[in-house]
Amino acid sequence: MLNYLAYAVAAWVFLWGLYGIVTSKNLVHQVVCLAILQTSTYVLLLAIGFKIGGTAPIFADIPVGTPVVDPLVQALMLTDVVVEATVAALLLSMVVKANEVAGTVDPEELRILMG
Amino acid sequence: MSSRQRTTLFLIAVAGLAPLFAWGFRNLPPMGDYRGPYGYAVTQVAVYERHATDVVNAINYDYRGFDTLGEEFILFASILGVLLLFRPSGDDHKGKKQAQVEDALPVSDTLRVGMQAMAGTMVIFGLYIAAHGQLTPGGGFQGGVILATVPLVVYLSGDVKTFEAIVSNPLTKLAECGGAGGYAIIGALAMLGGAHFLTNFLPLGKTGDLFSSGTIAVISVTVGVEVTGGFLVLMRSYLREIIEERLQGEE
Amino acid sequence: MRLLQCVVLLLVAITAPGVVLSRDPKCQVVTLSFYGLICALMFFIFQAPDVALSQITIGAVMLPLMILLTLTKMRRQNLRREQEKKRR
Repeated sequence: MLNYLAYAVAAWVFLWGLYGIVTSKNLVHQVVCLAILQTSTYVLLLAIGFKIGGTAPIFADIPVGTPVVDPLVQALMLTDVVVEATVAALLLSMVVKANEVAGTVDPEELRILMG
Repeated sequence: MSSRQRTTLFLIAVAGLAPLFAWGFRNLPPMGDYRGPYGYAVTQVAVYERHATDVVNAINYDYRGFDTLGEEFILFASILGVLLLFRPSGDDHKGKKQAQVEDALPVSDTLRVGMQAMAGTMVIFGLYIAAHGQLTPGGGFQGGVILATVPLVVYLSGDVKTFEAIVSNPLTKLAECGGAGGYAIIGALAMLGGAHFLTNFLPLGKTGDLFSSGTIAVISVTVGVEVTGGFLVLMRSYLREIIEERLQGEE
Repeated sequence: MRLLQCVVLLLVAITAPGVVLSRDPKCQVVTLSFYGLICALMFFIFQAPDVALSQITIGAVMLPLMILLTLTKMRRQNLRREQEKKRR
């Protein structure tokens, strides 16, 4: 059962991120919860690529042929981290614009203002 | 609907989504039991084919270099979006100082000395990480972000003027655009010789040397330049009004 | 080795609700930075050093920095709006 702990943690973090987005009262808090949602995918990708007894896929000091974990999944995760940062940057600038136009960052009040 | 109704609806949805997750994960192999063929194939051949010891960066910048090109342009496009959203509008208040920012923040001696020592170390460390992308963990992106946090360390040491000078330097915009375009140009240069886009056409060198693995090292440095410039441009676009007010207040 | 991975996975599972439940953005910046470090530790223990470096720099430094810059800009906008209201 411990073998499936990683998948359970991925689903748990995903659901908590979703809960944060749904029940948020502040747009900046929502953006951070979106970032938490994205980290759940890292956990899932790590769990898929992991190999027991494997080491890091850097052959600078170990001979080629020692068991390593999957490097392709790590390349995917690198792109994922970059995308998380860029999405957060763009969303935060939109939050600033929303505050400038509407005067509030509460999603409830924004909805009422915008009609 | 009110917030309470929304929370209740969400909890009902979770009650349906959690079993769906469990059902979807039931056929995945247990963690640690890696069966995929691609990982085995790449780790056997990457060091010999590309003379690069860091297989993750070899995949990122060579085997799947096209995906990384897309990722760098995602970064470029989003910073462009932020710059667009924060462009100077016509009704900026000129000549009024809302927030006073002093020349030097009153910081404690420990922080000042510590941050000044850290700034130089971090520049060297960032350059080292960015240059050794093909040999050890790291690479252009990580080194670039480390270099982009150096102005912050300078700011924390109390020196606001230097921070603003670094962040407002026009070289940052040049670095960002040059890095993003440079990646595409390196890929297009390969086509001049008749090969496909983004082929590794530079000499591969000896495994373990600094100048090895062909275009992987060059692309890594280019990406690092773009990321540094990009994050500095981002910081400036957030702080533009504060910096301009200070400069006007000094005139 | 298995014990270490289970412990760090549980740490991640405990810290994530902590970030979500800190409602004030100023508090959330600190918890987000801490969560970024825990995630980087998880990547390190799962033998992914490249991603750990990325996560430390982005998740623990850049993302909280962008949030703080956002909060600064919004505070200035609110101050300016209040000053204009007082003038009228």
